[in-house]
Amino acid sequence: MYALIALGYTMVYGIVRLINFAHGDVFMVGAFLAFYSVEKLHLPLPAVFAVAAGGSAFLAVVIERVAYRPLRNAPKIAALITAIGVSLFLEYFTALHQVFGPNYYAFPRPFQVVSLEIGGITVTNIQGIILLATLVSLGVLQYVVHRTKVGRGMRAVSHDDVTAGLMGVNVNAVISFTFALGAALAGVGGVLYGIAYPQINTFMGVMPGLKAFTAAVLGGIGSIPGAVLGALIMGQSETMTTAYLSSTYRDGIAFVLLIAVLLWKPTGILGKARTEKV
Amino acid sequence: MTWLKNIAKAILPFVLLSGPVMFLSASEILNPYWVQIFQLACIVAISALGLNLIYGFTGLFSLGHAAFYGVGAYTAALLTKLYIGAYGDEAVFATGAVFLGSLLAGGGAAALLACLVGLPTLRLTSDYLGIATLGFGVIMKVLFDNADSFLPQLGGARGMTGIQRMTGVPWTVAALVAAILVIRNLVHSTYGRALVAIREDEVAAAAMGIDTFRYKVIGFTAGCAFAGVAGGLYAHLYTFLHPSTFDFLKSFDVLMIVVLGGLGNLTGTLAASFAWVFLLEGMRVALPPEYIEFRWVLIPLLLIVTMLVRPRGLFGVREIPFLRNKVYR
Repeated sequence: MYALIALGYTMVYGIVRLINFAHGDVFMVGAFLAFYSVEKLHLPLPAVFAVAAGGSAFLAVVIERVAYRPLRNAPKIAALITAIGVSLFLEYFTALHQVFGPNYYAFPRPFQVVSLEIGGITVTNIQGIILLATLVSLGVLQYVVHRTKVGRGMRAVSHDDVTAGLMGVNVNAVISFTFALGAALAGVGGVLYGIAYPQINTFMGVMPGLKAFTAAVLGGIGSIPGAVLGALIMGQSETMTTAYLSSTYRDGIAFVLLIAVLLWKPTGILGKARTEKV
Repeated sequence: MTWLKNIAKAILPFVLLSGPVMFLSASEILNPYWVQIFQLACIVAISALGLNLIYGFTGLFSLGHAAFYGVGAYTAALLTKLYIGAYGDEAVFATGAVFLGSLLAGGGAAALLACLVGLPTLRLTSDYLGIATLGFGVIMKVLFDNADSFLPQLGGARGMTGIQRMTGVPWTVAALVAAILVIRNLVHSTYGRALVAIREDEVAAAAMGIDTFRYKVIGFTAGCAFAGVAGGLYAHLYTFLHPSTFDFLKSFDVLMIVVLGGLGNLTGTLAASFAWVFLLEGMRVALPPEYIEFRWVLIPLLLIVTMLVRPRGLFGVREIPFLRNKVYR
């Protein structure tokens, strides 16, 4: 779950070095799109995923175009503040009665929950689907980034966007594509979240978004396997804290872990150490 | 005679700022609500000045400012709660002294914690420092939420109540003026120039013989002390503390104020703090009740537009003369 959102964060950060705070809210929009397409349009499950992923991707491209692109050469903090602004705007705008409304909505379960017991561990089919979706997106991303032309463009832009532009890479298109891909994953994540915890509201993106970002940093930001690894560690530690300590400490433990890891490896578990250039 | 002149200089803005407000509130032209908002603006300004010292002048990306604000608030509130009762209501001077002591203790507690947090985390750079301090902010929120399990007076997730209302216009304005003076003198001193050097280029600063790590800890600690004092004032203004007042989203608010005003710009921070608080509250009054939710739709839009139009903050590098550096004038 965190993994899908974390992947989007890590991709965007890897390319434009921007903490995209609005990402968690794109995830929320994905969940709401799914909610409406199940509830009002009665679409089948694959179509729901397609709507959520497509809608989120479109939204992210618009955000990038309107809010981030004009600030690409401005101080980094200006883009960051804008990202916070976009995030707040999405949350409160969708909370208006005219849009999604401020209430909690029950997300309809599109299928029955089936529990399986394998070797003493109970696994539901929802967890299975989430795991599958995560692994598939990890595979797809690895393929896109390392085997396709646009992936090569992404790696080039990440390395040095000016030089990449000089070498004939369409930097704007690559960045838009990155945002779209990251957002599509967040949209899928939103649907899965809705299925797993069948209650959604417009502020649901804040904490998962923050934790996904933490997971991305934990694993080494900019690294795709790192994001998944970080997310798995985060998820496990939270479940363990809830189980053995107290659920009130749950939100804190992830960050204790994060600070500990950052002190030990300042660029994350799978992050590459950068040498300071003078 | 220069010292007399300097004292006069410090008292003058205090009188100019607090005098009219007190007069207006005493003559009931300004209702208590707006006076309270004015005080809140002063408090936010103190906290924002602290963050400007950390981020604007030293270049340390901190997203945990609200946590230090909270530490100051809880510390000061706890101290006044424990000690003020002992003197009774008559002893105005004694309660005032306790209050002043508590404020300073709040600042001190925030500074001490900042130092403890800073020693390990300030070795991190840019975004990683940001995320570590953000994490610290979340941890502190969790601790505030669970505070009642180790000290029942703190109230935990239900909030802390029973704090005496001590903060008045003279207190807040005096604190703000003091904060401005301290920051102004600090940033134009040897220390301040070392901090700015670190912001501009850490490697070059180190090459010039500046102990960069030591100065970073000093800058961070000093900035957080301001947040602590501001927190103490806040606690005794609203007499109620709730952990949600100090969560990481509130750190963003302060950050937005500092960036809107312009990094490393004191005038901008002051203007942005007042504009921010009055805009938030003003819209509460100006908008018809059924559109009150639009408040938080309009503010981010305004924020985004401002950033697109003026990426370096409203004021850029312009300062009012009093806060300018004398050396380069």
